[in-house]
Formats: sequence, C-alpha cells, structure tokens
Amino acid sequence: MIEFWQNLHPVVQVVLKGLAVIMVIFPIGGACSMAERKVSAWIQGRPGPNRAIVPWISWIPILGPFLQRLGIFHVLADGGKMLFKEDALPGHVNKFYFVLAPIVAMIPALTTVTAVPFGAYLDQTGQIIPIALANVDIGLIAVFAVSSLGVYSLILAGWASNSKYPFLGGVRASAQLISYELSMTLSVIPLFLWVNAPGREATFGFARLVEFQSGSWGGITSPGWGGVWFIFIMPVSAFIFITALFAETNRQPFDMPESEADLVGGFHTEYGAFKWGLFFVAEYAHMVIGSGVFTLMFLGGWNPLPWVPLADLVGWLAQLAPILAHPIAVGLLSIGIFLGKVLALIFFFMWVRWTVPRFRYDQVMEIGWKKLLPLSIANLLAYAIGIALIQQ
Amino acid sequence: MGHLLFNVIALFTLIAAVGVVVNKNAVNASLCLLLSLVGVAGLFVGLEAYLLAFLLLLVYAGAIVALFLFIVMLLDTKGDARPTLNRLPAAARVLAVGLVGAGFVSFLTRGRLPEPDLTKVPALGADLKLYAYQLFTTYLLPVQILGFLLLIAMIGVIVLSKKFEGLEDIK
Repeated sequence: MIEFWQNLHPVVQVVLKGLAVIMVIFPIGGACSMAERKVSAWIQGRPGPNRAIVPWISWIPILGPFLQRLGIFHVLADGGKMLFKEDALPGHVNKFYFVLAPIVAMIPALTTVTAVPFGAYLDQTGQIIPIALANVDIGLIAVFAVSSLGVYSLILAGWASNSKYPFLGGVRASAQLISYELSMTLSVIPLFLWVNAPGREATFGFARLVEFQSGSWGGITSPGWGGVWFIFIMPVSAFIFITALFAETNRQPFDMPESEADLVGGFHTEYGAFKWGLFFVAEYAHMVIGSGVFTLMFLGGWNPLPWVPLADLVGWLAQLAPILAHPIAVGLLSIGIFLGKVLALIFFFMWVRWTVPRFRYDQVMEIGWKKLLPLSIANLLAYAIGIALIQQ
Repeated sequence: MGHLLFNVIALFTLIAAVGVVVNKNAVNASLCLLLSLVGVAGLFVGLEAYLLAFLLLLVYAGAIVALFLFIVMLLDTKGDARPTLNRLPAAARVLAVGLVGAGFVSFLTRGRLPEPDLTKVPALGADLKLYAYQLFTTYLLPVQILGFLLLIAMIGVIVLSKKFEGLEDIK
C-alpha cells in the first residue's frame, strides 16, 4: 500500500492529496448548512427539519426513525433540490460576471486549506510531524492573502446583478471585509512575536505555534508554560480574532452583505439554484478554515487538552495497546481531535447567531474602526513590551 | 519545467497587463489588473520568493484592487465617456511618442540584465528574517519616509472628508 503510494508520480500524489482534502471540506460545508437549520431549531425550541428519509433506512426499527428526526437526510434532499432546480439567469444581469462570482467564491475558500496543517503523527524518533498539504513557513500570510481574495466574489455578485439591493450588499461587503482585516492581522502578531524568539528561525507557520502549545518548545526556557494554550496567555488577541472572523465570514451579528431584514438577500438576491448553493458552501468552507486557523493558533491544534500534549496521550494509549502508537493511528487520532475542535467552534458560530442581536451598519463600522482597531493596537504594544522584557 | 512555467506565467501576466490598458470597461480593466498581479505573484513563487508573492497578493490583490473596484462601481463609469485618442492635444502626442521611443532605445541598448549572482539565490525577499532585517537596517530611512508620507496622506483625507462648521474648528 505504502509502496504503491510512493511509486506514484509526485504530481499525481499532490493531486490525490488535494482531492482528498476537498472531499472532506466540501461535504462538511454541506453538512454545516444542515446543522445550521437543526441547531437554530433546537435553540428556538422547535423540532426543525425531521421529514426526509431514504426508504430502506426507514425499515430499520429504532435507528431509522431516530435518524429521520435528527434530519440528516435533509442534506441529500437539499442538495438534490438545488441541483435539479431550474437555474434561471435574470435578463438584466452582466452574464459573464454573474456566473463568475459563485466560482470566485469557491476558489479562495478551498485554496486556503493548502496552508493549514490539520493533524500530526510521530515518526520513529518520537518527533511530531505535522500533516498538511503544504507545510510552508508563511502559513498565516498565505491564508490571509488567499482568503482576502474572497471579497471579489461579493463585489462581483453585487455589481453584476445590476439591481439596487445586491449592489448595496456588495458595497457593504467590501467595506466590512477591508475594515476587519486590519484588526485581524494585528491581533495575531503577538503570537508570532512570542514564538519567534531571538536565535530561532523566523516563521509564520502554524506548526511552530502548535509546537509551542504542545510544551515541547526548544530554545527559550519558560518554566510553567509547558503545554499552555494561547487562549489563556493572550485572551484579548483571541477575542479580537474571533470577532474579526465573524465579520470576515459574514456571520451574524455581522451579516451586513446579506442583511435579510433590510436588503432581501444582499449580494445573492438575484441568485438561485446551485449558484446560490455555491455561495453558501463557500461561506461554510470559510467558517471551517477560519475555525481551523483559530484552533491552531489559540486552542492547541491537535493537542487533546491544555497541558496535555498529543505525545503524552499517545504514550498512555501505547501502554494500553501498542497498535495505537502506529503512525497511521496517531495521524487519525490527531485529525479527529482537530476536527472535533473545529466542529465545536462551528457550533459556537451558530450559537452566537441566535444569542447576539445583529448590528446596524454604522455600528459595524464603529466597532471595527473605533473599538476593535485601537484595542488590537494597544494589545500589540502591551505584548510587544511584555515579550521583550521576558525574553531579554 | 521551470522555463515552461515561467513562459506561461509571463505570457499570462503580459496579456492581462495589455488588457488593463485596452479595456474600455473600467471594471474589466481592474479585474485584468488583478489577474496581472496574480501572475506577478506566480513569477515570485517561481523564484522561491514565497514571502514576496503572498505579500503582493495580500496587499495589492486583496486590498488595493478591491478598493479600485469599489470606487469604479460607486462612480459607475461608462467606457464610452472616455475621450478617444485623436482628440488628444498635440503636446501629449509628442510626449507619448517620445516616451515610447525612449523605452525602445533603452530596451535595445541596456535590455540585457546582468548575470545573476548565484550566491545571492534565493533572493533577499525570500526569507522572512532576512527581509525584515534588511527592512530595519539598510532600508530603514525609506521605510520611515514612506510611513511619514502615509501619515500625511491619512491626515489629509481626514481634513478633506470631515465637514467643518466654520474655520474656527480647524484652528
């Protein structure tokens, strides 16, 4: 099996790996749209989607009705509906850009995943090797750069629709995304100031951050820090980052580009059928990647608990059954831990949607420029001074 | 492989750059500018200068062209409102011909780049630490001047966009 894999042409290997990751991200995006409906229903105290069922599964006595009430088959029903609907193209739109916009929405959402490590395994010497499509030095800059291209889909969709509500949505989208990118970038600089201590090779990669949060951090000795997660050391950065993430993914309470209440549907008012579906899958893919980045930076990545690194857990499991220390088992375990944290964060996204009332547009701008940006600059200055004193 | 990739990306960049100039629709032109910038970022990746490539994407492709598009769409300019070439004043024509001629002459006389110093590969911009070090030592003065220019521009924008009641407020 492994022989066969290594004999493949490198390009084929890379393509297969990329496809495998997309095959995971895309269905998670679809499943999230289902989860959104179900979680909303639970929070509002109603049953939610509970009708669709595949016939031969409904014959299973207890499991069938349970799955039906859980509503998981609505993913298939919704997807099928979206595929087979008539894909109407309104007469007054700019056709080229109208069709281009949903495609442009998907590309950055699926490209950012290349720079995000999503698991790790231990090699023979006990060294932790991250699993990623491309474990590059500039991981964070790559993610920010590619995801910042996502704004074009909203601008193009709003403009090409050639009608007032979508245009307002597109204009709001571009203003909002550019406003919150600043605080987002500033909020994470303290993390990299901390891990790029003098004398270490400089990096913007996520692997180093997780390495620090695993406690196995060479170079500067900082007793007592071993295995602590960044959310405990830098809670303000984490708060700014997650707030900006809500704004960047257009989630409530920052859903200005859509604003169902006052702009009908914002930038996607004129869209229907599968093009509309692509916008939604792209939004959820953005949420998945954003949650992944937050997990890597503030929630310890693939480490199971604060102060309990993955290596310790594998050590305990290996005492139970040696097969569990096999690299593939460790890889699956770490990916499972990582995905678990990501899904918990996505639940948090949905939870906030029904907890915090949405802001008015002027409030969004005021929060972004007058509150979040000064806060992130002050946070950066405070940590820069503190880190300089500690690492002297 | 490397040569083929370079040729393809360079051709793509040039075609997009020509598209910026010849497109009458301002939205098409700004999107061609975006494609051209992405092409340049691809050339940087070919030079293994990943940092420069992604900084270019982050700053220019991600933010500045987005602002261009934003303004173009707000003003809603139509391509046909632009003056055609034969209505240009004579001075502008002479200047344009002179510039193109100067460009050709310099291309013919000094069009060859010196052989690259292989000890300096990868380039200074490739490595994060080296790049930052250069920025804060060799190029510290230009960085400071640029920062000051941006500050002045920002203050100017605030002064221009703020509605003052009377002259007393400015003082």
